[in-house]
Amino acid sequence: MDQPQTASAEDTARNAEFEARIARGETIEPKDWMPERYRRQLVRMMSQHAHSEIVGMLPEGNWITRAPTLRRKMGLLAKVQDEAGHGLYIYCGTETLGVDRHELVQQLLNGTAKYSSIFNYPTLTWADIGAIGWLVDGAAIVNQTMLAKASYGPYARAMVRICKEENFHKKQGFEMITTLAGGTPEQRRMAQDALNRWWWPSLMMFGPHDKDSPNSEEMTRWGVKRKSNDELRQRFINLTVAQAIAIDLKIPDPMLRYDEGTENWEIGPIDWSEFWRVVKGDGPCNRERLAARRKAHDDGEWVRVAAAAYAEKQAGTSQAA
Amino acid sequence: MTTRPKTDGAGDASREPTADSQWPLWEVFLQPGSGAPHEHVGSVHAVDAEQALQNARDVYARRGEGNNIWVVPTRSITASTPDDMGPFFDPGNDKPYRHPQFYKAPRGVRL
Repeated sequence: MDQPQTASAEDTARNAEFEARIARGETIEPKDWMPERYRRQLVRMMSQHAHSEIVGMLPEGNWITRAPTLRRKMGLLAKVQDEAGHGLYIYCGTETLGVDRHELVQQLLNGTAKYSSIFNYPTLTWADIGAIGWLVDGAAIVNQTMLAKASYGPYARAMVRICKEENFHKKQGFEMITTLAGGTPEQRRMAQDALNRWWWPSLMMFGPHDKDSPNSEEMTRWGVKRKSNDELRQRFINLTVAQAIAIDLKIPDPMLRYDEGTENWEIGPIDWSEFWRVVKGDGPCNRERLAARRKAHDDGEWVRVAAAAYAEKQAGTSQAA
Repeated sequence: MTTRPKTDGAGDASREPTADSQWPLWEVFLQPGSGAPHEHVGSVHAVDAEQALQNARDVYARRGEGNNIWVVPTRSITASTPDDMGPFFDPGNDKPYRHPQFYKAPRGVRL
């Protein structure tokens, strides 16, 4: 009779102890007790993050064969390979929460899992590859630097590793854009056009305004997020506007102004209808990205089968010997 | 006192690989430099030890981060449990005489 009561009293005590650990700044490790909702929210957040790394390879992979020089090609290949690695670090972190990677991959392939909307925009010119490194990786670094202090140990550790590597991504992108911005009038136009198209989607990467972000409050209370969407966005804006000015490109926002009082660059309104449209599946490339991902998975089937058959054969041989 | 682990980087070790398998899980330990201890860096899925080593190299050592890698089947690791942390480590917590600060020396003498 009083068993449920005991269980819930115990749960309340454990919850309180958990919240106290978070408040003391302790790191939560896989085998530690955690509220089921903390676990579920982390699985959601981390798997979305992992999927984003994987899908993020597609817009850039599109340009590997068309890189203008061998130097650029090597850099881009290394960057795309890093993104695969980043996906794996985070999948591995997510698995510590007791989910199987197979399930997560299925959710990506059948369209039930989300990934960052930014990867549903097309890469129309070579300058877009520079803009992605500069803006998209730049925004990711701002976000991931914060997540490197997240309360969940495996996630935080994956972020530390990722941040180190992404600095190369951002720098190679900015070098590309700088080269184009200082090139022929046509190259300059390409660089400006890429900035025009990627600026607003990059700002949307930080998610809705704090007041419209349903998960933020809880993730902040649990120490997964240490800064709000708007704080991170503002930090990115301040860093990036200065960089655009340095290479004489124009941020596509007629309302952009510097506020002496706050020392912030203030932007005009973000078109959130576009953001929600892309999130809900109607971005320029949503269907194409998933189709490419499914094809890659299916085309890799024979490799997985062959590797398993080889391992089985080897195991048989060593037993016989 | 000990259970099957769900260590950092390890999934549910009791779970058998399914169809369209992601393959068994291996924990990866990297030695960052000569003379340094191996440190846990994460995990990989692989059909066998050789492939686990290759995957670990590609995932965790793309920039010369290490000069030696160990891979260990996740299911082979046994770990202590956080719930028992207090009593389990207790024998070491109340013995200050195991530390040099417990002992006194005359003033001005450097030991």
